[in-house]
Amino acid sequence: MAQTRLMQDLERQGISRRDFLAFCASMATLLGLPKAAAGAIAKAIETDKRPILVWLEFQDCAGNTESFLRSGHPTVAELLLDTLSLNYHETLMVAAGDQAESALEDTVAKHKGEYVAIVEGAIPGDIDSGFCTIGGRSALDIAREVCGSAAATVAVGTCATFGGLPAAHPNPTRALSVADAVPGVKNLINMSACPANAENIAALIVYYLTIKRWPPLDQYRRPLFAYGESIHDGCERRAHFDSGQFVEAWGDEAHRHGYCLYQMGCKGPATSQNCPNVQWNGHTNWPIGCGHPCIGCAEPNFWDVMTPFYQRLPDVEGIDSSKWLDPVGLGLTGVVAAGAVAHGVGEVMRYRRGHRPPPDDGTRTSGKPREPDASDHEENPK
Amino acid sequence: MTHVVVDPISRIEGHLRIEAEVEGGAVKQAWSSSTMFRGVELILEGRDPRDAWAFTQRICGVCTTVHAIASIRAVEHAIGATPPPNARILRNLIIAAQNVHDHVIHFYHLQALDWVDVVSALSGDPAKTARLAQSISDWPLSSAAYFSGVRARVKAFVERGQLGIFANAYWGHPAYRLPPEANLMALAHYLEALDWQRRFVKIHAVLGGKNPHLQSFLVGGMATPVDPDAQASLNMGTIAQLRQLVAEGVDFVSRVYVPDVLAIAPFYKDWFSIGPGVTNYLSYGDFPLDDSADPVLYLPAGVIHDNDLSRIAPVDQGKIDEYVTHSWYDYTMGDDKGLNPYHGQTNPHYTGPKPPFKRLNVEEKYSWLKSPRYDGAPMQVGPLARMLVAYGTGRPSRARQLIDSALKQLGAQPAALFSTLGRIAARALEAQVLVESMGMWVDALAEQMARRDFRIQDTSRWDPGTWPRECFGAGFHEAPRGALGHWVHIRDGRIAKYQCVVPSTWNAGPRDARGQPGPYEASLEGTPVAKPEQPLEILRTVHSFDPCMACGVHVVDASRRELARVRAS
Ligand code: SF4
Ligand code: SF4
Repeated sequence: MAQTRLMQDLERQGISRRDFLAFCASMATLLGLPKAAAGAIAKAIETDKRPILVWLEFQDCAGNTESFLRSGHPTVAELLLDTLSLNYHETLMVAAGDQAESALEDTVAKHKGEYVAIVEGAIPGDIDSGFCTIGGRSALDIAREVCGSAAATVAVGTCATFGGLPAAHPNPTRALSVADAVPGVKNLINMSACPANAENIAALIVYYLTIKRWPPLDQYRRPLFAYGESIHDGCERRAHFDSGQFVEAWGDEAHRHGYCLYQMGCKGPATSQNCPNVQWNGHTNWPIGCGHPCIGCAEPNFWDVMTPFYQRLPDVEGIDSSKWLDPVGLGLTGVVAAGAVAHGVGEVMRYRRGHRPPPDDGTRTSGKPREPDASDHEENPK
Repeated sequence: MTHVVVDPISRIEGHLRIEAEVEGGAVKQAWSSSTMFRGVELILEGRDPRDAWAFTQRICGVCTTVHAIASIRAVEHAIGATPPPNARILRNLIIAAQNVHDHVIHFYHLQALDWVDVVSALSGDPAKTARLAQSISDWPLSSAAYFSGVRARVKAFVERGQLGIFANAYWGHPAYRLPPEANLMALAHYLEALDWQRRFVKIHAVLGGKNPHLQSFLVGGMATPVDPDAQASLNMGTIAQLRQLVAEGVDFVSRVYVPDVLAIAPFYKDWFSIGPGVTNYLSYGDFPLDDSADPVLYLPAGVIHDNDLSRIAPVDQGKIDEYVTHSWYDYTMGDDKGLNPYHGQTNPHYTGPKPPFKRLNVEEKYSWLKSPRYDGAPMQVGPLARMLVAYGTGRPSRARQLIDSALKQLGAQPAALFSTLGRIAARALEAQVLVESMGMWVDALAEQMARRDFRIQDTSRWDPGTWPRECFGAGFHEAPRGALGHWVHIRDGRIAKYQCVVPSTWNAGPRDARGQPGPYEASLEGTPVAKPEQPLEILRTVHSFDPCMACGVHVVDASRRELARVRAS
């Protein structure tokens, strides 16, 4: 019965069963599953048992929410909305105030250990600071309760995964990632990027519905299916990098013909995500495709370690450039150089992040500011 | 007297709390509080000004272009960079697409369910709904079979018992007045708009690489190369694609969005006199039509006092001051003074109740928003302000035409615009003015290609070595929610100070030193409340402003020492 209704909905919107199965097959490919898994995916999407989600927003910009609304497979994404029971989401839910808060309380009480918590935005580390309250409660309090009783927590966007923008130096509100704010949180999945790509959020949901477990993760708890390879390795401009053909000024001939943006500051070699393959907004384009360098938005502390954005990689502030080989200056082939570049950044990030201590012992790392240099003091006379 | 607290206000961007005193079935007084703070300007200090747009862009992921635009304009002003014509045209397209996209999402997904009862839609008769739909528009998705499909789908959803985002709402509230058929039609369009917005936003992907958070902005221009003969540039293929996407936009706005607003409004005519609030309006104007230092703007700038559309004054930036009398900040020279953004200071100091709390102390400080004032007066900003300035100045003529014909259809006078429903109608009409104007900029881009003018950025000012040692700049922009300004002070190639005064600060800010309420607060006064435990009407008036709270909260010029004190307290 469910299948009939689903297919009716799809057909009404001009989507045939064939298109639907093709979508399931593309999901299977995206997730790195055998083609045969497409059938299982279709079945999982069509099921009537909808898993419960609550979506919490803290120090955020709603960019991940907007991203979620933009899936490139519109009707099927809408179907995904139908496929889930989104019990709480400040930006989308109709109820407000007490009625909204009671929807959250009911879910936490009645479905303890069953629901999935999605978190968008960073969390101020001090309960009394007043930097983020909802319904009069502090974000930290809410996060600990709601994520603490969830079957799994998915941090979406770099703010929730790594502290992101609010945690950028000097981190005025002592903003924390979910991992740091809720120590020991169960089944945490980090979907970094600013914002996380709708296709990857959808893929994660499909993965969970289909295989009934969470995907394998990298060292930052990000799913390998989306963060397993560097931008640089999948980049359409890679051939130009390898042959030393670089853009040197905005709008020059090299820029117009799609040469490599490394010299303009591209952080693709130091960033892991599947942008080059899945692209954005229904496979329409992606940042490098429109002529602007990658800014490394999926990586920890990118607001500090990837800036200035327009400086080429070895000169990025906060990175020991003596560790770096200069692929252009030394005339190395791209393959060797990129390996070194990616490795170097990995080193720095592992060092910066370390393991996760509890949030208030002063050694927290995910929002660790860059070290202030002399000029910082000069420019702040007070 | 009943004290009503609505927190969170849902279906907005960010975190907003409203407290109100309700007496005799209406709001007597209201207080608007923003409850989240990040400190973006402080984070900007010491950084490369060319990076600032990406940081400020993350102030808001809903109006995901606006702080980037204001930021590059402010830095360009400071360092003396001049974006070439292609950059101006591309920005106009991006800005217009943002406004149109945002307005549609706001109406259907954030605002409509204050007026449309989903439960009542389930009893709508599909044949009657089809007749209604066909009587207001020639939009093709209007058959009885179509509406019966929508109804069946929603019914099945409801019967499964998991109401998700529709749970716990105020369905059946006496303030809902649409017949079931109008509810069903609007619900169908809620779902259609979800699809439409995903397609329309491809304009941003084409011109900005992705949405949210487009990535093609550059100080001095844009990063998207233009060349009709290059595959990796915006070329004639892109022009064709843009024309198609714009045409779909015009189609949806003029055949679905605007007709829906005009069909729903007659059932709620009393809301043309509810929620007027502040009687002053401010628009900075936007959409430069030429490349001079003082360009003609497609939507003009202007200040309106006391609802007087016959006298529209020019904008004087020197008259803008911000107050912190009721905001969680301290001013060194006393909290009763106002400060112009160029001299702004903000020392965050939370003195609100310790969470968890039930009530704010509204006699003291109660919000993370400051209170901006123009010449000492509160100002409404947003689509209504822009459309009133357009109406008063007669530019663009299309705006006046659309407003007049809408008023005629509704049998209303221009004064009806000063209201909760007026704000909603102005937003829809502005969407139509802007989506129709986009074709003109697509054509202009094609002409540039034909002329083989490929410049996209002022390369002469890219190197910080070419900048003055010390410089100041201001950048202005009309965001979907209203007048936005960024102020930057650059020293030795780095940001010394940064400040934003944003639409939601203008609209949602608390009382000032003289006790004058901000626009949200003022417009809530007199708003009826049938059931204080279900304050649907409060949501209507607040949502009519399209709140966007993360934008409103910022910090300038706070020294690290002062922040340490905040943490300790
Ligand atoms: S990660 Fe980026 S998109 Fe997501 S909330 Fe933070 S600033 Fe917004
Ligand atoms: S440096 Fe950037 S533009 Fe060049 S190949 Fe690598 S990812 Fe692509």
